[in-house]
Amino acid sequence: MIALLLILIPLISGLITFFTKSERDAKSLSLFASILTLAVSFAGVYSLFGAAQNAYDTTWLSFIGARFSIGLDGMSKMLCLLTGIAFPIVFGAVYGNTYKKSNSFYALMLLMQAGLMGVFLATDCLLFYFFWEIVLIPAYFLCSIWGGEKRITVTFKFFVYTFVGSLLMLVGILYMYFKNPEHSFALQSFYHIRLSATDENFVFCLFFIAFAIKMPVFPFHTWQPDTYEQAPTAVTMILSGVMVKMGLFGVIRWVLPVMPNATAHFSQLIIILSVIGMLYASLIAIRQDDLKRLIAYSSIAHIGLMCAAIFSNQQIGMQGVMIQMFNHGINVIGLWIVADAIETQLGTRKFSELGGLAQKAPALAILLVVMALANIALPLTNAFVGEFMMFNGLFRYNIWVAVIGGISIILAAVYTLNMIQKTFYGNTSIVTDGAMEISTGTKIMLVILVVVVIILGVYPEPMLQLTNDAVQTALATVK
Amino acid sequence: MNALILSAVFGMIMMFCSFLVRNRGSLRHIASVGLLILLIANIADSYTHTLFIINTYGMLAFSRFGYLFNSIAIGSTLIYVLITGKEIEKYGRYTAEYFTLIFFVLCGISMLSSYNNLLTLFLGIEIMSIPLYILTGSDKRNMKSNEAALKYFLMGSFSTGLMLMGIALTYGGTGTFSLEVTRGGVMPVYLNVASFLEIFGLLFLMVSMAFKVSAAPFHFWTPDVYDGAPSVFTSFMSTIVKAAGFIALIKLFDVRMQATEKAIDWNLLMSIIIVATLLVGNVTAVFQQSVKRMLAYSSIAQAGFMLFSLMSLNDTAHEGIIFYAAAYSIATIGIFAVLVKMKDYTFEGYNGLAKTQPVLAATNTIFLLSLAGIPLTAGFFAKYLMLAALIKTGTYLWLVVVGVLFAAVSVYYYFRVIQAMYFKEGNPETEIITHSFKWGLIFIAAIVILLGIFPTSILNWLYF
Repeated sequence: MIALLLILIPLISGLITFFTKSERDAKSLSLFASILTLAVSFAGVYSLFGAAQNAYDTTWLSFIGARFSIGLDGMSKMLCLLTGIAFPIVFGAVYGNTYKKSNSFYALMLLMQAGLMGVFLATDCLLFYFFWEIVLIPAYFLCSIWGGEKRITVTFKFFVYTFVGSLLMLVGILYMYFKNPEHSFALQSFYHIRLSATDENFVFCLFFIAFAIKMPVFPFHTWQPDTYEQAPTAVTMILSGVMVKMGLFGVIRWVLPVMPNATAHFSQLIIILSVIGMLYASLIAIRQDDLKRLIAYSSIAHIGLMCAAIFSNQQIGMQGVMIQMFNHGINVIGLWIVADAIETQLGTRKFSELGGLAQKAPALAILLVVMALANIALPLTNAFVGEFMMFNGLFRYNIWVAVIGGISIILAAVYTLNMIQKTFYGNTSIVTDGAMEISTGTKIMLVILVVVVIILGVYPEPMLQLTNDAVQTALATVK
Repeated sequence: MNALILSAVFGMIMMFCSFLVRNRGSLRHIASVGLLILLIANIADSYTHTLFIINTYGMLAFSRFGYLFNSIAIGSTLIYVLITGKEIEKYGRYTAEYFTLIFFVLCGISMLSSYNNLLTLFLGIEIMSIPLYILTGSDKRNMKSNEAALKYFLMGSFSTGLMLMGIALTYGGTGTFSLEVTRGGVMPVYLNVASFLEIFGLLFLMVSMAFKVSAAPFHFWTPDVYDGAPSVFTSFMSTIVKAAGFIALIKLFDVRMQATEKAIDWNLLMSIIIVATLLVGNVTAVFQQSVKRMLAYSSIAQAGFMLFSLMSLNDTAHEGIIFYAAAYSIATIGIFAVLVKMKDYTFEGYNGLAKTQPVLAATNTIFLLSLAGIPLTAGFFAKYLMLAALIKTGTYLWLVVVGVLFAAVSVYYYFRVIQAMYFKEGNPETEIITHSFKWGLIFIAAIVILLGIFPTSILNWLYF
């Protein structure tokens, strides 16, 4: 029931929001619905209504054996919690912004949340595919209507890229379905399918391309910086904070345990690509003059590390990925909130036009610095734990991979500190002369995120415990 | 049998109505009632309530599959008449005659869904095609329409010639017109002269049918004819009629092609046609400036997808082609219903439609998403079943991958319309849109979504 509520609350409130008349109604309804969803996801995490309430299963498409079955295990609890936290934070942070046709904007956001919850909850592969695609439609409209100048072409590129991936995944799903003697899409029955080596490699490629595009890992990443730049910041927060986790989640849930031999076969190649991606994205990030693009490239680098750690096939690395999925979401949303606050107030995101903001908005500066330090994984921040574990895993896999990948930490420090320097310190510019402190709402949201960053930085144990079962499942078959 | 006889009877009734009924508006209502009765009679027929018991001497064989397709064809026509029937009145004063022709087309379709003999196949194809040539040229004052009609007629005659040649050769090879060749209870030996004739006959038949369903490389008449014909008739031709062509083809393949597959690799031949059709349809559609022409090319692309069923010929393929026919027809009827209300058929003509006509834009988006095969719409399951049918055979997996890549290409041109409607500024000119028209569109959109979320309930109902 809890699992069902996690999908139904945003879905129904989203549909209602479409018909709200005033902007205030749309805002408050969506904020309320998202807080309610967050409460339900907490209830799910702590199994407040009993573990049995965390699953739901009913017939859906009997003619092909697909079921509407959803359930919360450790990993999905963690990701639903991330989704649950992300939306109220985003709604709160952009509360001051006005959007034309705001009812549609908030409605589509809520529908996207319903889709995301579905992806993380589905234990039937066809249902998973359904939700996977459903997330894409609101995202497409949100970016195309409320995005920047080049939004239409950029969003279209994003859509086509991900759609190609999805369709390939559909072929893979169907192939697995017919190879499955039970003719079922259930996760458990997928785990029991044994394919020949060629078949497995073929299906692996179909699935992995879909997930790789979504994450995105090098060389499937080209849609990402443009989309993050052009999408409205609220959507970018969700895209980078939550949506990219769909790709990582997909790999851990639907690829590793289902296709262990192919995973072993391709892991080296994928790790090499991921490491190339990390260095490449970090180097490009250093050269950026645009705040949004910098965060976008930094995100590619971080996701690359997570992808490499998944395929390093080490327990500690995998646990690092789990915790980092959550942390990266929190950190990147924090960075976007700062970017949004700067952009809405000053109308620019270019470092060359900014500077000296710390004098004008000291609170924002402090909060940004904490988020930025979390981004470069400084000890005591949440990302340190995750990155340490992931590099530990990579180190056990191959020392050279860890060393070369480790360069990206230095590069991350370069571009992040550079960003802080150019935006907040030095002399004020013509643009920043008239800057003011950010709104209380945005401040509160950032403070909440900073608190989460520090708590998880100091005491990550609960999160590690939560996702332990998923790590065991994923690694059990590969080894 | 009910559908076959009654459609001809209603055709005659409509013909009489042309001089008996003065009010042109009521013709549409008479036709709608006729279609409804036809639909009910056909469903009753499938429950063995046959009104006419006529010995067809094995020329026709009625099956669940055929009834099911008839229901879809008649049901879609009913929806088509209810939504866009009013537009038919615009083309001259022969409204009743146009409805007559539509009923005769349905008569041809019901013959195609139950033919069991190559002669009835030929009859069905001709009964279906000839009214279409006339409907194409129904806008007499429009040169484009005249040209399209002539082109269609010439091409149609050419393919008819090929079909007759094919039937003759097959007859020469097997000594029978019957679809099911018993061959005297002996397994045929495929190296003698007779079988050689049969194979060539079947090849000719396949080419002529490929003309009808506009599969590449026999598609070249399609864009001009679809573009030239009055939009309201293009809607009918590109949906219901096209699907009927597939039903005829799949019946032929089911029996004849399977029986001769040791002598000739039909699958290889078919895979070449599929790739060519997908390539031509999708790539050319990308470069179109007019939505109507884009839809013409997209119908070629959709045909490419439907051809998957001919390669797999299993249960999923049979379910799939029926479902595809329904999903594709309904969504396309909806898109054309919106199209005929637009004054400018170019993509620019749709700019800003969401602002001026939100209902039209929203429903049109649902139809386009369905054609693109996005989940939550009927089109997704249609494509799903086609892919599933081929994957089930375990061969030609590369073709499946090619298919999905082209499906991704199709997103480009379908989404161009959505982009124009929602994200671009403009003042699209439309004709007067009534409330009942809007409700009609919402009804079709609801069917598309329902088929997308609960395909089982519909399929179960169809399969009794």
